[in-house]
Formats: sequence, structure tokens, C-alpha cells
Amino acid sequence: MTASNPLTTAKKSFEFYSRLNLTLLTGLKAHDLAEMAAILRQVQGSVIYHHTHHFLVQHQHLSPEPPNDFAYWIRNILLEERLGEELAAIDVMRFSTIRDLRDAIVAVIENFIERTGNVRAAPAGQEFHFMRSVSFVMPTGLRAANLLEFRDALMQVSRGSIGYHMFDARLRLERDDNDFAMWLQEELGEDQLAAALRNLDPYTQTEHGLRRRMLGLINRRLES
Amino acid sequence: MAATLKDYIPIVGEGVVSELELLGARLAGKRVINVNSTRVGGGVAEILGRLIPLLNEVGLDARWEVIQGTEDFFALTKHLHNALHGKSHTFTAQDHAVFDDTTARNLKSLDLDGDIMFIHDPQPAGLVRRRAEAGGSWIWRCHIDLSAPAPGAWEFIEPLVRQFDLSVFSSPQFARTLSIPQVLVSPSIDPLSDKNRDLSQSEINDILSRLGVHSDKPIVTQVSRFDRLKDPVGVLEAWRLARRRVDCQLILAGGGATDDPEGAEVLREVRERSDNDPDVHVLDLPPTSNIEINAIQRASTVIIQKSLKEGFGLTVSEALWKGKPVIAGAAGGIPLQITHKYSGILTHTIEGTAFWIKQLLSEPEFANRLGTNGQNHVRANYLLTRHMRDYMLAFLFLANINEDVIKL
Repeated sequence: MTASNPLTTAKKSFEFYSRLNLTLLTGLKAHDLAEMAAILRQVQGSVIYHHTHHFLVQHQHLSPEPPNDFAYWIRNILLEERLGEELAAIDVMRFSTIRDLRDAIVAVIENFIERTGNVRAAPAGQEFHFMRSVSFVMPTGLRAANLLEFRDALMQVSRGSIGYHMFDARLRLERDDNDFAMWLQEELGEDQLAAALRNLDPYTQTEHGLRRRMLGLINRRLES
Repeated sequence: MAATLKDYIPIVGEGVVSELELLGARLAGKRVINVNSTRVGGGVAEILGRLIPLLNEVGLDARWEVIQGTEDFFALTKHLHNALHGKSHTFTAQDHAVFDDTTARNLKSLDLDGDIMFIHDPQPAGLVRRRAEAGGSWIWRCHIDLSAPAPGAWEFIEPLVRQFDLSVFSSPQFARTLSIPQVLVSPSIDPLSDKNRDLSQSEINDILSRLGVHSDKPIVTQVSRFDRLKDPVGVLEAWRLARRRVDCQLILAGGGATDDPEGAEVLREVRERSDNDPDVHVLDLPPTSNIEINAIQRASTVIIQKSLKEGFGLTVSEALWKGKPVIAGAAGGIPLQITHKYSGILTHTIEGTAFWIKQLLSEPEFANRLGTNGQNHVRANYLLTRHMRDYMLAFLFLANINEDVIKL
């Protein structure tokens, strides 16, 4: 179904939430790749989420986005450039659950250990410390009932709100889709716009760039 | 007059302050009792003095209590503090008796009627013995570097720590194997304090001229106590190597030489080695010299923090906040504040430090980019508003300790 009018009113308004993260320390640390793989297998999903997403929160000015923490440690501390690159290149968008993402990360590391027999240890004091993120989700008070209102709200919402609806909804809450695309399709019948938003890779751009692209797509639709 | 949240809006944006207000509304009326061992002096007292009015402004009922102790007690807790930092010390049964006795006396005199007891550092940790009777949730906030405690030090405090609901540490390296959750809350700087607030060019010029520094050449600066672990002698050597190629002057500004014999010795050595070079300014400043330090940092072209060992290293955030390119030793919490060649430079040697001083003085565009990125990184991660947010999230976490995603 494609909406004929961009001012179609939704039965159910989109409610914008914001997300704030608190970091917890697990007390677990890895000295080498074998320990890293073993710990990765047993930790909670929120640990995997933390180390693949916190950089996006803490270094939002960096462009292009840096790799996940595992890749960073392996490349910069263990000095394994190739493996670091392989891990950085894991396409997080391919996965719909944290479990699948974890399996992919562990498989790349274990495969490398098997191939090379690598047992190089990190220098003392530079071990990998495992942490996890606890997310606090709260309504921002902003709602949208049509595409115009949605565009206006998207211009105002915090970085945490975009992160929540784009990253967390899909991967962490396992909703199969990001919240924006889902609402645009289901409530407004904006199939093409939803598909375009679904295809944006939030992991390869800054929050600023992501917001600008989403607004560009919506504005084009509003002008059509 | 104490700053209000509104004063932070031009610095962090309205969104950040609204989030703090939203969190405050969820915690409205919660009685949070902070307990530490001193009301003045030291980073903990400084941060509490600034945070408590802001927490109250968003609706919490935050208070601050200070434990009283004998000379014996504070001598013991000084040993404990040093031992937690790695200096060896043997704790005796008498030490435990002194600690327990002071705890018992404070339990009688302190008003611990609250919803959240926020206990700072080891000195008041024994108050947790009142937990069953006083009720409420108990948080232990550790401001100390626990990465390599001496044998016996952690064991002294651990039986108390495990009675809390939650612990809070400043850096991932300080995490322990503990039965209670451990939260990471980095320290912060206050952008409105004298040490960090904006200064006019005339204020900066006046202060520099009072300190005898001329702005006719680029200034390379390290602000740090005269302590071997901050390697002021290494900074002097690195500057000398750099100056062979690029003309510049050096400021080594710090304190700690009056009440610390080792500090006085390091200061003497630095002065001797500076050889009365008119381009070297060794400034032994009193502890109240906040505006002076601010002005020195703002007048600098490049700032160094060549630490060999470091806790969190908040002086790095102070320097980055002024938008300056920073060259720092890759020690302690410094790599959290600087991503090499993006928001500053991390070095390991005197020669490496000299190399980067030359580079940054010769490539001002690159140096400016580092400074701008560093300032943005501090704005997002190391300002007082983020510190306040994390504390409120920790308070909210107490009611949902087994959850990963908490709907408020």
C-alpha cells in the first residue's frame, strides 16, 4: 500500500522515547584472544550490546564511526590489524538479535585463533575490561500523528531518542525493524519511505548525518 | 552564588538539561544522604558541593553528612588509602578496632534517615553496619584507583563493600570481582568553576604578566603537582629536544611542594635542570590558584600531561576543555579521554613527546582540529551534568537491579 497523501493521519500516533545508558562493570577481563572468546560466550547480551554500541554514544562527533570495542582493542593493543579489520567490518545491520551478533564475533575470533594459533597477550594494565549497558527508556512527550508532525519532532528529539528507535528497537528489543520504518509503513502506508529508512545503516554515520539523511528523505516525500 | 541548571544550557544544550529534569521528576522527594570524611578540600568535597544543589534543584532531597574521627582514625584511613593505591602496609587488629570504634561513634551521631545512603570512599564505609536498622538502599562510591591494591588493603574494606546494594567506580581498571553490581561513573569537571570558566583575553593577559610569562613565543605547558609520576623532568627534556627546531617557551606549573618533602625535592631538581633558561617558567602555585591555572592553560599553544602513572587524570579533561591540543602519557584513565591523533596525542617516551610538540607547533591546523575534537569529547562525556545524570541513573537502577532495559 502506498499512501496517496503525505498528510494521512495515523490511527496510532508515534510516541518518541529517549534512552539513557548506565555502564556497569562486570569485573571480567581478557588478557588474550582465547580469553576474550571464552568470556564473550558466557556474558549477558547487554555486554555485547555495550561494546558494539557505546562508541556511537560517546564519540558521536567522530566520522566515519570507529569500530566496535573488540576490534579497537585487538587492533590497537594486541596489534592484530587483520583480525581487527575483520571484526570492524562485521555488518551489524545483518543481525536481528544480539545472540546472532555474538556468535558472529566469536566465530571470527575463534577462526583466527585456529588459523594462526595466536596467544599474544596484552601488556599489563591494558587488558580488555568487559562492561554492560543498562538502558533507561522514557517518553519525551513528543508525538506525531502524520508525516509533517513526524518530521518536526525528528528535528527536535535527542540523540538518545534516535539511537533508541533506530538501534535498540531492532537489535536489542528484537522488533525486526527500526521503529520509524515500522510506524511509517503500518500507520501511514509509506512503504517506499519506510524501505528507504530501513536501508540506512546507522552504524556507518554520525547521529548528525543520520538525522540529516532521514529528514532529507522525509522532506522529499513531503514535496512530492 | 551557586550555579543553577539553567546556567549550563549554553554549554551542554537544552536537551541535556531537560533529560536531567525528567530524571529528577522520577526521583522527586527521594532523600539521598551523602556521607564523606571532609567538607572542604579534595575532589570529593568539591564535587559534592556542586552536585547537591543541582540534585535538589531537580526535586531530590539530597543532604551531606560528614563523619568525625580521631587522629588515630584518620592516620589509619590515610594508610588504607595509600595501601589501596598499592603502597604496602600491614593492618593489625588494633587498626580494625580504631576503625570500628569511630564507625560506632558516628552511627550514634549521624542522621541516616534517608531513602538512599550514598557513602563516599573507605572512611565512612563501616556505616553500612546500620543497614538493617536504617533501611533504604546503600551505595558505596569509590573515588580511589583500585587497579593494584597492596595485599591486605582490599581485604580490609571488602567485607563492608559487599553489604552495600551497589558500588560505583571511576574507571574500568578499578573493577573488582564483587557480589554486588558495579557501576562506572567517570569523574567530571565543572565548566562554570574558576578553573574552567571562560576568561577574557585581558584577564588572561593580566594573570600571565603577573606570573612573569610573555606571550611573544608559543607556550608549551604542563600543569601538575611536582611529583615524579607526572614526570616534569621528562617534560623539560622533551621541550628541550623540540626547541632545537621550533622556538617556544615552557611553563611547568604546579603545587604540592610545600607540604610534601618529595615534591620539594622534585621542584628543586626541575629548577636546577632548567638552568635559569629565561624560556622556562617553573611556577610553584598555592592550591587556590584556580583562575591562574585556567589562564595558563588558555594562553598555552600545546598542553602536556606526561604522566607515567595516573588515576583518572582529570587535568587532561581540563586542558581539552580549553580547546587545546594535548599530548599525554597513555596511563590510567588518560586513553579514555584521548583517542590518539583524533582528540589528542598519546605518547610513551620523551622523544615521542618532543616529536609531537614539534609537529603540533608546526601544524596549527591539525593541532586546532585535535583541540576542537577533544573539547567536544569532554562536553559529551566529562562535564558535571553527565556526572549528575549517571548518579541519578544509578539511583533509579537500585529499584531494577536485574533489568537490562528499564522503562521509566
